[in-house]
Amino acid sequence: MNSVVITKTYDAPPFCEKEALRYAGCKKADENVIELLRVCKAEAWEKLSYKVCYVELDAATDGEICDFGFLNVKSRDLSKNLFGCERAILFSATVGIEIDRLIAKYGRISPTKALMFQAIGAERIEALCDTFCEDIKNEKDIALRPRFSPGYGDLELLVQKDISAVLNLPKKIGVTLNDSLLLSPSKSVTAFVGITQGKDDNIPPKCVNCEKKDCMFKEV
Amino acid sequence: MNFRDFLKENIVYLDGGMGTLLQGFGLAPGELPERWNISHPDIITKIHKGYFDAGSNVVSANTFGANCLKFSENELEEIIKAAVENVKRARAESLSPKEKFVALDIGPTGKLLKPFGDLDFEDAVEIFAKTVRLGVKYGVDLILIETMNDSYETKAALLAAKENSSLPVLVSNAYGEDKKLMTGATPSAMVALLEGMGADAIGANCSLGPAQLREVVYELLDKASVPVLVKPNAGLPKVVDGKTVFDVDAVDFANEVSDFIRRGVRVAGGCCGTTPEYIGELVKSSGDISPKSISDKEITVVSSYTHTVEFGASPILIGERINPTGKKRLKQALVEKDMEYILTEGVNQQEKGVHILDVNVGLPEINEREMLENAVCELQAVINLPLQIDTADFEAMESALRRYNGKALINSVNGKKESMEKVFPLVKKYGGVVIALTLDENGIPNTAEGRFRIAEKILETARKFGIGKKNIVFDTLAMTISADNYAARETLGALKMIKKQLGCHTSLGVSNVSFGLPNRDAVNSTFFALALSNGLSAAIMNPHSADMMKTYYSYRALCGLDDNCADYIGAAETFTQIPVVAATEGTKASASGEVVTLAQAIEKGFKEKAGEITAELLKNILPLEIVQNEIIPALNKVGEGFESKRVYLPGLLMSAEAAKSAFEKIKDSMKGANEKSVSKGTVIIATVKGDIHDIGKNIVKLLLENYGFDVIDMGKDVPPEKIVEIVVEKECALVGLSALMTTTVPAMEETIRQLKNFAPWCKTVVGGAVLTKDYAEKIGADKYAKDAMETVRYAEEIFA
Repeated sequence: MNSVVITKTYDAPPFCEKEALRYAGCKKADENVIELLRVCKAEAWEKLSYKVCYVELDAATDGEICDFGFLNVKSRDLSKNLFGCERAILFSATVGIEIDRLIAKYGRISPTKALMFQAIGAERIEALCDTFCEDIKNEKDIALRPRFSPGYGDLELLVQKDISAVLNLPKKIGVTLNDSLLLSPSKSVTAFVGITQGKDDNIPPKCVNCEKKDCMFKEV
Repeated sequence: MNFRDFLKENIVYLDGGMGTLLQGFGLAPGELPERWNISHPDIITKIHKGYFDAGSNVVSANTFGANCLKFSENELEEIIKAAVENVKRARAESLSPKEKFVALDIGPTGKLLKPFGDLDFEDAVEIFAKTVRLGVKYGVDLILIETMNDSYETKAALLAAKENSSLPVLVSNAYGEDKKLMTGATPSAMVALLEGMGADAIGANCSLGPAQLREVVYELLDKASVPVLVKPNAGLPKVVDGKTVFDVDAVDFANEVSDFIRRGVRVAGGCCGTTPEYIGELVKSSGDISPKSISDKEITVVSSYTHTVEFGASPILIGERINPTGKKRLKQALVEKDMEYILTEGVNQQEKGVHILDVNVGLPEINEREMLENAVCELQAVINLPLQIDTADFEAMESALRRYNGKALINSVNGKKESMEKVFPLVKKYGGVVIALTLDENGIPNTAEGRFRIAEKILETARKFGIGKKNIVFDTLAMTISADNYAARETLGALKMIKKQLGCHTSLGVSNVSFGLPNRDAVNSTFFALALSNGLSAAIMNPHSADMMKTYYSYRALCGLDDNCADYIGAAETFTQIPVVAATEGTKASASGEVVTLAQAIEKGFKEKAGEITAELLKNILPLEIVQNEIIPALNKVGEGFESKRVYLPGLLMSAEAAKSAFEKIKDSMKGANEKSVSKGTVIIATVKGDIHDIGKNIVKLLLENYGFDVIDMGKDVPPEKIVEIVVEKECALVGLSALMTTTVPAMEETIRQLKNFAPWCKTVVGGAVLTKDYAEKIGADKYAKDAMETVRYAEEIFA
């Protein structure tokens, strides 16, 4: 089986202001807040980079354990997510460390701006993941299941260690893991994505299958 | 022949890829290749021999990831021992007639350093040191530090190599497509840092193919006074028919790299995807190129974690505001360890256009070593300007230089024997450009000639320590003209002599010239203009002085240093009114015109306006009345709006910042009046050990302060014992703890357990993304707060 890790760099995906405001905890924003978001976005924009690395894997699951050939992952929820898939993509994405600097800088001198940079970072990394998945779908002419990250459902964060090793994350895109299994830069993601051949697969939109009911970010 | 001698006269060929070849032999994804030194020594030796046979002079042991984070100390030693033996065996077996050396290969730890990761700088140094000591023990000829994508980690590795061996060290970084390291450094910045610390060669490897590395290589050649190294990938990997292939073949690779050699690269090899075939082609195609000699570039340069500042025709501005001399508010900030104030001073000066920030935190009542190190680390985490480390305490100087992420400007050395003997070894070890004051044991000479003679003495002594004149900048000491009418004349005379006769750069603390006079800006800026025309390279100055900035921009325009006078025109708009600002950071508000009362300014979140109105009110109204009648009601209104979900988090925070700006003015007005503001009580807050998220904690801090509480902010990733220690010391009644991840909640639980044990009087309030009321109860917290307002309400309850 081939397991080469491919690295991709993207241009900035389109920015969704509404989504960033949602991450800032703002369901309805007045003009001052929107203005501040725009000022922060302008300061961050040129400093962001959009990098992804990924590997395509064989996938099999018995409902309990997902077998990716050289990597076994125990998770019922991931198994459910990947059910019926014979291949999967394991990827990691990051928008780089500069957003962390901005969050740290303003965390000390303007927490409002820090909150805005935090929200912009969250919007950016999600947009990058979406862009990558779209790109792969088109490139390989496949359909993809919703992406599934460590920490979702019963998929333990501990699996980050294996993911980091398989994707060679520090070297490939500069993403590192700290002792608490958090990724640095903080606006980074790792995820499994099941590949389904049938384009007509009935894929539910994100958030629908999540069992967390009290999430302030839940999309309905 | 020893490697250093060989490097002087020859082009050095390194080896090529190892990891990609091992995958071909069956190394599984995620498997640690270093274990193969022991489990598959024949395969490893065969690959090494292939490189020696192809013409490599240096073959690196298979130790790229061999460090004590990945392996136990015993296994690490076994691995390094076996790895070095494998190369030595290959060397013995190879019939190649070339000179052959064994390198210890050192790659990144795979962890990011603090503050954005969790690896401490000194821990990183120690991790590398263990690997270096083993490499030395088993007899390598040189050390190759490679594929580093963070300048700070590169510094840690080089420092470890230098402190634990006398072997030659080659240092190579992995640049991205933007021609920068992942953490932001340009090739020039890496040259400044690494050359300053004594790397034997500096270069680029991995990430990209030769064509994409071209600009990086040219920049390295342009700036480096030591040999330049390059080992590109064989282009980028692709999957073709289920197989991994790289898109640059051996011949194209060899042609591209040979061209680099023709332009002056002295050490060349390959990285991912390259094989002995690539190295063989390279040796063949570059065999008749004679090595280009390496010239000293004579560049006086300092650097930050992103970029360099070169001393040259255009004057350099060094912001002087982070220096407590004559600044009451900064003194207070230092005593209170108020890092926000210091950072804000840094950010404000950067916005005014300074190129370097002076950092002086010397006060008799504080631990200067600790404070300077801390200030340097905090500033360099968020501000990308090079720093001038300004201290008379040699220990503080060393500790700050050690932690500095770049090549610092050092203030200062002087002609006294003791000063030179203490400072020059630090410059030699850590790199840096040092400001040399023209005074010695006999004081400051009255004449220009006297100061010039001291400059010559300093230069001569520096040379004995191996420090060239490019790393010395002379300060001929601006003295006040109010005490000696000819003081400025002699200072300028010495400046001119040093520039002309010694060819050195110069710097002055300009503001000293007017001490004791009224309207000092007028004298300072005229003196600044005179000094510039006498050859001044850099000025330590106040960028908030409109007169100084006018002189700076005018001088550059007049001397042809400002294309189309663009900078002058851009700055001229602000010349009419640059207020001397204190450390408040403005949130620009478009519609602040309608705001008339302080309460309105706070409710709407207009930070600058709130500060301005408060300053006006303070002329007629007592501070406490302003707090009671304007600030508190406005805060309550917004707070209640948030609790009833009419106001969202950003709105709440904007109001809180506006209130803070009002409080800042009130604090200023009360200073010196011996009035103590009324505090409701002291709350200690921290993000628990292992967690590096602090936005939530900072929000809580801001709101608590707004509501009149003193807050001791212990920062993030704080161990339980440290929290307990401060709680006990301050007899604090309330601690706020924050944790974002499930993996860090156990640290929160442990902190609460220790608090219950050692400070049973203290209540705990907890918050953070993963916490719930039930969870909080389970770990023994007294209170779960779902947001910052709830923490404020609980604090009010506790301190009622």
